Amino acid sequence: MAPRICALCHTSKAMLRRPKTGQQICRDCFFFVFETEVHNTITEAKLFKPGDRVAIGASGGKDSTVLAHVMKTLNERYRYGLDLFLLSIDEGITGYRDDSLETVKRNQQQYDMPLKILSYDELYGWTMDAIVAKIGKKNNCTFCGVFRRQALDRGAAMLNVDHIVTGHNADDIAETVLMNIMRGDISRLGRCTCICTEGEDTIKRSKPFKYAYEKEIVMYAYFKKLDYFSTECIYSPDAYRGHARAFLKDLEAARPSAIIDIIHSGEAWAVKEEVKANQNAQQTCKRCGYMASNELCKACTLLEGLERGIADAGITERGMKKLEAQGPAPDNLRTIPFFRLASHQQNGHPAIEVEAPT
Amino acid sequence: MMSSPKTIALKIEFGGGMELLFANQRSHKLSIPARVPVDNSTKELQAEPDSSNTKPTDIVFLIHYLRDHLLKEREELFIENGTVRPGILVLINDTDWELEGEGDYKLQDGDEIVFISTLHGG
Ligand SMILES: [Zn+2]
Ligand SMILES: [Zn+2]
Repeated sequence: MAPRICALCHTSKAMLRRPKTGQQICRDCFFFVFETEVHNTITEAKLFKPGDRVAIGASGGKDSTVLAHVMKTLNERYRYGLDLFLLSIDEGITGYRDDSLETVKRNQQQYDMPLKILSYDELYGWTMDAIVAKIGKKNNCTFCGVFRRQALDRGAAMLNVDHIVTGHNADDIAETVLMNIMRGDISRLGRCTCICTEGEDTIKRSKPFKYAYEKEIVMYAYFKKLDYFSTECIYSPDAYRGHARAFLKDLEAARPSAIIDIIHSGEAWAVKEEVKANQNAQQTCKRCGYMASNELCKACTLLEGLERGIADAGITERGMKKLEAQGPAPDNLRTIPFFRLASHQQNGHPAIEVEAPT
Repeated sequence: MMSSPKTIALKIEFGGGMELLFANQRSHKLSIPARVPVDNSTKELQAEPDSSNTKPTDIVFLIHYLRDHLLKEREELFIENGTVRPGILVLINDTDWELEGEGDYKLQDGDEIVFISTLHGG
């Protein structure tokens, strides 16, 4: 077969077919269009302003590794004026997170960015290994998800950053849309497609890879020979997400635009006001100061259950009742350090678009 | 002595977690017959060359060969409906296999084939 010529530069040999457009392009044109599309996503959503301190949530996996590389590249090429940091959470999973953190430490050298690693152990006094040893492999992902979310915010506050960017890609978002549809979770359905979430007292989070296909992220990592870690978490087969993913991949094989189409469907689901009203108003956890929808935040409830030997206290109604029946929390209960947002984040400044040099 | 069937040498690379199914070894060198059964059976590779039930060896055959001879576990994570499972990228000499005819690509001596899983954690 004669080599195909790149549809963009008409000079070099085409090396891949873009899933979004079907275009056949060469390696250099691919790097350029991939990076430019992420830049367009960033500028159209006005994600950053000059001087922002931005943490990249780094797991050592492909998405966050490519994100760190692309953020560094774009920050230099278009002079965003951002201070970039790597922020990693160490869940304390032997043979999984310890290996992937080695990858992040290499990324720190390769990309020359400051790295902060915050562990569940130092924050909560429990590693995931210890939690699984105590409660088994049921509900462990609930603990991990709640603990990670809060750990990222706390790590960001320690770095005094304005903003966390994560490597969630178009496939991840489409998958979450499908899962929310299957669960009938209407309030999450609209929200999960937002490129940027920012509550009144939360640190801004955004997804610059919202429109980037996983295939292109993996191809980018492969062609750039980026150093990433790829193993499933040993505690999380997450069968449900696995099925959603396999289904999505089958759809994509039949029609590559399926991924973007599903994201657009999610976006079209406007969350009605009465649905929103049913959710508890945000308040601050009386024990640790983190945002909460009840008196205690989810992490404090889960931690109290762990400490008092009622692991499902934060998970089921029955567990909660059991905990309450035991009386109030003892004074010497282990708690999470008090949470404070970095001071300059409280006088919110309006976002302005990052200008590309002309 | 019978002349052995003509073979071609290939370099195989696994990445993105794919290697976990192949004894955690990323790089493999192998040699497979230049002509193979049309039904992709890898059991009797002594099929007479040029007989009507053989074809030049291609990627689909390679996928079956890898499953039967190199794969150590969980074949459903590698092969589905006679080809690689959706979500596995294949590169032929560093080019997306979608530009090379996918499974029908006729393997050449010295080709380097890469399989990368996109399904492993971000
Ligand atoms: Zn080109
Ligand atoms: Zn709390």
